[in-house]
Parts: sequence; C-alpha cells; structure tokens
Amino acid sequence: MQFGSIRYNTDTPELLFRYGMNWEFFFQYIIAGITYGTIYAVVAIGFNIIYNATGIINFAQGEFVMIGGMTAVTFSHFMPLPFAIASAVLVTMITGGVIEILFIRWLYKPSVIRMIIITIGLSILIREMSMHIWGESVRALPYFTGTSVSSINLGGVYISPQVVWVVGISAIAVVCLNFFFSYTLLGRQMRACSANRDAARLCGINAGNMVTLSFMLSAAIGALAGCVVSPITYVQYDSGTPLAIKGFTVAILGGLGNSMAAVGAGMILGVLESFSIWIMPAAYKDAISITILLLILFLRPSGIFGSAEVSRLKEF
Amino acid sequence: MKAVRFLVAVLVLVALSSAPAFAADTIKVGAILAVTGPASFLGAPEAKTLEMLVEEQNKKGGIKGKKIELIIKDTAASPEKAFSFAKQLIDEEKVFAIIGPSTSGETMKIKNVAEEGKTILLSCAAAEVIVNPVAKYVFKTPQKDSHAIIRIFEQMKKMNISKIGVLSSNTGFGNAGKAQIEKLSPEHGITILVNEVYDKAASDLTAEVTKLKAANAQAIVNWSIEPAQSIVIKNARQIGLKIPIFQSHGFGNIKYVEAAGEAAEGVIFPAGRLLIADTLTKSHPQKSVLSKYKKDYETKFKEDASTFGGHAYDAFIILMNAIEKAGTDKEAVRGAIENMKGVVGTGGVFNFSAEDHNGLDINAFEMLTVKNGKFVVLTDTKK
Amino acid sequence: MRAKYLQLFVFAGLLVVIQLITMFTGSVYHLTQLTMTAYYSLLIIGLCMLIGYAGQISLGHAGFFAIGGYISAFLTTYDLTPHQEKVIISLIKKTGILVSRPDLYGGSLINLHPWAACMIAILTTIAIAYIIGGPVLKLKGHYLAMATLGFGIIVYRIVIGTELLGAADGISGVPGFSLLPGVVISGSSAFRVKNYYTSWGLVIAAMALLINLIHSRIGRALSSIHGAEDAADAMGIPTAEYKLKTFVLSAALASLAGVLLTHYNGGIGPSEASVMKSVRYVAIVAIGGMANLWGALFMSLLLNYLSLRGYFGTFDDAVFGAILIIIMLFAPDGLLRKKTISDIKRLFARNTAEKEML
Repeated sequence: MQFGSIRYNTDTPELLFRYGMNWEFFFQYIIAGITYGTIYAVVAIGFNIIYNATGIINFAQGEFVMIGGMTAVTFSHFMPLPFAIASAVLVTMITGGVIEILFIRWLYKPSVIRMIIITIGLSILIREMSMHIWGESVRALPYFTGTSVSSINLGGVYISPQVVWVVGISAIAVVCLNFFFSYTLLGRQMRACSANRDAARLCGINAGNMVTLSFMLSAAIGALAGCVVSPITYVQYDSGTPLAIKGFTVAILGGLGNSMAAVGAGMILGVLESFSIWIMPAAYKDAISITILLLILFLRPSGIFGSAEVSRLKEF
Repeated sequence: MKAVRFLVAVLVLVALSSAPAFAADTIKVGAILAVTGPASFLGAPEAKTLEMLVEEQNKKGGIKGKKIELIIKDTAASPEKAFSFAKQLIDEEKVFAIIGPSTSGETMKIKNVAEEGKTILLSCAAAEVIVNPVAKYVFKTPQKDSHAIIRIFEQMKKMNISKIGVLSSNTGFGNAGKAQIEKLSPEHGITILVNEVYDKAASDLTAEVTKLKAANAQAIVNWSIEPAQSIVIKNARQIGLKIPIFQSHGFGNIKYVEAAGEAAEGVIFPAGRLLIADTLTKSHPQKSVLSKYKKDYETKFKEDASTFGGHAYDAFIILMNAIEKAGTDKEAVRGAIENMKGVVGTGGVFNFSAEDHNGLDINAFEMLTVKNGKFVVLTDTKK
Repeated sequence: MRAKYLQLFVFAGLLVVIQLITMFTGSVYHLTQLTMTAYYSLLIIGLCMLIGYAGQISLGHAGFFAIGGYISAFLTTYDLTPHQEKVIISLIKKTGILVSRPDLYGGSLINLHPWAACMIAILTTIAIAYIIGGPVLKLKGHYLAMATLGFGIIVYRIVIGTELLGAADGISGVPGFSLLPGVVISGSSAFRVKNYYTSWGLVIAAMALLINLIHSRIGRALSSIHGAEDAADAMGIPTAEYKLKTFVLSAALASLAGVLLTHYNGGIGPSEASVMKSVRYVAIVAIGGMANLWGALFMSLLLNYLSLRGYFGTFDDAVFGAILIIIMLFAPDGLLRKKTISDIKRLFARNTAEKEML
C-alpha cells in the first residue's frame, strides 16, 4: 500500500515516492496513536468525573497526573514499585480531596467564570510548588516489565511492553469505574447527585461529600495514569498542563461528561496526531489538535459522539 | 478617591525603592538567567554555580580587595524580562558585567542593550549569531554548535554514513542546531532525508522515528536538550530501528542516560570534558578545573554537575581573570577579555581575539558514547 | 459627566508627578519598566472592557498581542535587499513605505516602514478577531474559555514552530518606531522620558475612549448583556453584534500594545504568546474588579511594574496563581471594586449607630 500523494516535509521532493508508507508503518502509526490516545482518554475521564459531579471543568486535572508520577518516583526509592504506585495514588487522592474541601466546597453557587479562574490558579500554584519541591529535573519510573529497549514484535510492528501496561491498566480502570457507577451504592449516589442534586439531597444523599469524592476519584485516576505513563513519557513539574489541554480536547470531542465516548475520542485524536506528521511538520502537531477542538466547538459543541440530548443527560 | 490614595502609595514605593543604593567597595556582577520556566534546566544550575563561585571568591577576600556582589534575575526565559532586567542592571545597579542570559533568544534581545550601555555581557547561550557578527561588549562561553556538528559529520565519515534523518526540538537550542546541520551538511557530503521538529514537551516520538525508519536513514541526529532526547532513542529502539544515533552536546546529563536505560547504549555525541573528568589523564590541561568544579558542585548541591552550569563557571572565571589582570576599569577589563589567551575553563581552553568572542576551538569537544550506563570517550570506530 | 474626565486629568497629573520624582531622586531608570507597564496596561483595559463590561472571558489575549508584535517585528526586520529587483517590491518602494537603514554592523537593510507595518499588524489582528470572534462568542462558560484558550495556544504553536518568525528565539533587532518627528518608540536611554509620556498618553487616550463607550448607548447595552443576555436579546439589543465589536476592539488594543512594546524592546519572543501571559492578564482584570477600568489599570500598573522589576524572583508565576485563587475565593468582585468604599462606610455607620443605641 503506497501513500504516494502525501506531501513530504523535505527539501527534495523526488524523495517523496522513493519511500512511501507500507502496512508495517501504517500499523506502527496506529500503535503510536493508541498510546497517545489512551493517555488523553484517561485524563479526559478525570475531567468528566468532576464535570458530572459539579458542572465545572477542573483546569488543574493535568497536575493530578503530574503529582501522581512525581510522588510515585519519590516513593519508588523507598519501596517496591507496586507499593510506590499505590501510595502515590493514595497521596494524590487525598490531595484532590483536600483541594476540594479548601477551595471548592464552601463556595455558594459559584459562577462558571469564577471556577475556571480558581482551577487555573490552582494549576499554576501546584506547578510552581512542584518546581520548588522537586526541582526542574526530569524523572521516570522504571519499566514495569522489560527495559527501555524491549519490544514485542508483531510481524514487523513493534510494541513496547509498557504500552501494553498503559492500555491494559487504563482499560481496567475504565471497566472498574463503569462498574462502580452502575452497581455500587456510592457510585449510584454520585450519579444521582449529578443528575439532580436537589432531588438527591431530598433522598438523604450528602451531595457535598459526593463532590469531594468525585475530586478524589478524579485525582486517583489521574495519578494512576501519571504512574503508568511515566516510564514512557517521563514526568516533570510542568508536564501536567499540556496533558490537561489534550485531555480537555478529548473530553469535548467525545462530548463533555461522557466518559465512554472520551475513550473513542482519545483514540481518534491520538491516531490523527500520529498520522499528521506525514502531512505536515511535527512542530504544528499540537496546533492541529487544538484546531480540531475549535472546529468541534463551533460546529458540534455536544461532541462527535453525543447528541444534544445525550449531553444533557449527565451520565458517567 | 481611593484611587488617589492608592497612587500615592505607589509613588511612595517608587520613591523609596529608587534611593540609589551602592557601596563603592564591591564589584556588582549581574546575572540574567532562566532559573525557572521552560529553560530552567539551563538557568538553575547556572545560578547555583554562580552563587557557589561568588561565595568562594568572597571567602578568599574577593578580588582586587573588593567583594563581589551577585545580583541574579530570573527571566523564566522571557525575552521581555531579559530586556527589562538588562536595563535595570545597567542603568540602575550599574553592574560591572552581566553573566547570561541562558538562552539565545534572550541574548539576542539584549545584545544592543549591552552595547549601548557599554557593559560586558558574557552569554551562557550557544547560538553563533551572538558573537557573529562580533559586538564589542558581547562574549559567549558555550562551545559553538557548528563545531559540534562538524565533529559529528567527521565521525559519520569514518562510519560511512551519508544519509541521515534529523530530529530537533522547537527550542532555541534545537533550532540553532538544526540550522547549522542544514548549512553544513552539503559540504560534508551528508544528505538529510527527513527533517522533523517536535515539541519540547513531546511525550512519545514513535511516529517521528517511524518516519525515519521508512526513509531508510543510515543514522539519526537528534538536537534537543529536553527529556525528549531520551524518548527519541527509546522509541527508535522499540520499533526495532538499529541505526547509530547521534545526539547533541545537550545529551551531556547522566539523567537522560538513566531515563533511557539500555536504549542509551552506544549513543554518540560531542560534549565538553566535564562528563569524563574522572577518566582524563592527570596531564590533561582541563583535569584540575573540571574535577574541582564537579566535586565542589556535587558536594554543595547534591546533584550531578552539568555542562550548562559549566558555562556560567567559565563566564565567571573569565571575568575574574580579566579583573585580576586589568583592574576594575570596565573598558580595560573588556580589552583584557578580548586579549585573553590560554584560560582553562570547563568548556575548553579559551583564546579570545577581537574577531573571536567565543574563544573555543573544535577541540573543545570530545566525541563521547555511552557504555554500561556511563559516559566514555568514543574510541572504537569500526563499522 | 465631567467627573469622568476629572479622573483622567488627576491620573495624568500623577504620571507627571511620578516622572518628576524619578527625575529629582536620580532614578529615571524606573521609567523603563513603567513604559513597558503602560503597553501591557493598554491590553489590560481592553480586556477589562471585554470581561467586565461585555461579560465574555478571554484566555487568549496574549495571542492578539503576539500577532501584532510578531507581524510588526517581522515586517520591520525582514530584509528586502535581495528582492529589490522584483516588480512588486519596486512598486511598493514607489509608495514610499520602505525605509533603508544601516544595521549594527555597517551593512544596510531595506525594510517596511514601521508605520506601514503597524497598520498591517493591527488590520490583520482586527480581521482575525472578526473571523474567530463570530463563532467563539456564540459559546458560553467553559466552551468560551476553552475556545479562547485554544486560540491562544494555536498562535503560540505557530510562532514557536515557524522558522521565519525565529521559532523559539523570536525576532530581535527590531528598529525604533518614529511615531512622529522627534518621537521614537525605542528602548534607547536617550528617549526614555519621551517614551514614558507617549506610552501613558496612549493609555489615557484609550481610557477616554473606553470611558465614553461605557457611558454611551453601547455601554448600557453591554451591561444589559452582562446582566441577562436573553432579556437583552428580547429587548431588541443586537447582543451578538455588540459582543463582537467589543471583542474586536479589545483585540485591536492588544495588538497595538504588542506592536509598540515590540519596538520598545527591540524584539519579541514566543513567551509573549504563552498561555501563562493570557492568564496573567485575566488575573489582573480580576483583581481590579472585573467591571472596573480604573481598578484594572491600577492593578496592571502595580503588578506589571513589580513583575518587570523582578520583585517576585523565582515565584513570579506562583504569585499570579496565588492572587487568582485568593481573589476569586474571597473577593470575586475584585479588590478595587466601587462597593468596597461604601461597605467600609456602612460598617462605620453601623458602629456609630450601635454606639448611639447603647
């Protein structure tokens, strides 16, 4: 299969036809796309959990991912990897809860603009604090299995075992969340609160606690994502914001509040990004995803998967 | 009328802070560094190095009987702040010299300011435009990118490599290296098959290295200083791309080797000798300087010394040397730097002249490689 | 009616006093940062109009600033000497908008005149603001915030990814801008006082324009949009049109600020287009009290000045983050809101009343 007509970013146009794309590379790009896409999707799910519970977008979502990765690296010096990750998730979860209690809980019917500004401020503050705590250096957890060079060869297509971990753990997390929201009492209480807070209150559900819980859950899933991707992407004090922007794009793409759609949207964006470098300089890669976001916002604000009605039904 | 009261407060503030504070018995050295922000990996070690050196120098009684007063300004890599701070340091603090900025973009913004203010500027940024064309008061301490690239191309010739893929990050460092590679490749008979720029915060570059693989490049040259440079080699090895990988001197930080793990084995890159200070023979001219800097820095800050901090080290010792020689007159010191010969720094041996405000030659670089997770001099060139 | 101009005169007087103080204390160097502050203030009062009076948040105003600055920087530094022979260039040359100037190192460059570059920059910004403003302003809440943020990121990506714009290094060597004979916008110490007055003069002119706007039919329409957009719509107020016009006006002010600061600094870098810059601008407007032009202006004067002088050290961004949170938590109407004074008065009044009762 030849993609002969794809424009090449080199100075010598005749090279264009000398090496086209074949199936091997095609799948390699798909794999790369899935890797990006999974990461984005997990961040987007974090956005959605909080959005569903409170109707606000937590601009500090990317910072949860960063804190998760950073604390896991710090803990991994003292304890085995699985414990380090578990503790990191726990610490981030508590951080998430504390943030909600300190900055969100006691505000009476805050306006959207106010919440946007507060969460942006939180994101900046967490980032700067992390810089003063951990310094500017880059950290990473070790590979869960194998090393940085090991890869699984599937007929010329290479997959790093860590990618399998990322996709696997993310999939398990999504399934668990789904189960939690559909079959447990707590999960159903949270859903009740997001569907109709006043009605939920009348049924004796403590809506305030549910919001705190949503922040903790969202922080936990962000931290988990931060841990599993850190061997691949590394983690640094400022690695949260770019992820948050991608995660947000995916959340909107899938339709705000719709987490299953976010997974699909994440894959679409990831694959689009990975193929985009065949068509244009990689330097503009991020501009592409944001342009897609703007187009979606202008043309179909309910997301590509959602209809206006679905987006109104705030389901997990 | 609250507004008026507020303004009065501002006025008082201005009046208070504008009382000229200076003591004649110190030499003020300004430093404009990107301590935080996207270039903090440059600015932070530079700032630490300068603090350490000034403390040490003052313990020795300063220079020419005067203590040194260091004023560090953090720009977070914003040129507009570099401009504001340069003006402040020159007009207000009347500093003797300025060390920094850390990045080329910032240095270029204040080149004119330093010229107009007749203040010595010792830049810690790499781009050649800083000293070419030469500006009277502007010097720089990092080695030239073009020298690094020539060393790489010479190595490629030995390895019979002529078709390469180039990756670089969208930072000043990546940009300058890419420009030089494009400029120098024709005269060294090197063809660039793929030339991609990626974001400095890129977290996965599989798509980019796949493109290189598809192009059948014989080697990869990656030019960046960010963690992305470990990601490049990891992703390349993961997709089964086994061609040699060349990195820039930005790879000279053992953390990136640790981060890349096994994938870093065999990466070839040019670098200053700080990284292999322990393995240098005693007779090597740089041996004592490098070992001392490395030891001092690492005991004081409990982190690995990097070549970037070394740029600030060099700037400082060049300044001290010149003051020692020419006294405390700015013009005389400037002249002394321009005529300085044989001063040993971490980057190499500096020989300045009126035409060369960098002072380092191609031998300032050594070709290094990674073996068993450590930097070693590249010796084996079979292939 | 006259009170609103009185404030402007008082403000102008204070600027003169500041200049005199710096002159007598021998600290004229403060004017450098104050001049830079003036240009940021130009953007901020425009943004204040948009956020406070039209009720539309923008997290992408640094993008407009950068568009102005970059276009102007590019056009006034791009050397046309090699293209001199081309027909188009010689045609342009006949119109007299090209200037030949010596470079630092004795060579000579042919560039577009800063006036022409400035006009092109601002007109381009206005066009862009019109094009994206239409669809963007239809959005509300998070969507609006994200769309403007997205716009800012796209501008940032383009300037940092484009080699012609100097990529990560930005553009340097931008010449001074001879606004009028004898008035050159340039960072050179020789023009310091003139630049100070020019920049703040522009701010005062812009303030006068905005104050008039607020007190006009448009201003009242805007505040009705802010209050209840649907009701305003029902009353027959063309809400979409007014929102768009305010958006374009604030973008044009941002662009003008970008052009002038670029000439003053002698260059521009991608940091001017960064998201953090946009957030800072919003922070300043928020502290000023959202719908309070004077509050925004004073906060801009104070915070930009302190930041540019490096008072916050390595905590520069953190300070702005903390300010945002604290203000939004405890005083969402800003510090310098008009109500504060009446609140204090009421407090005192109550105290005295209570005492009288005892």
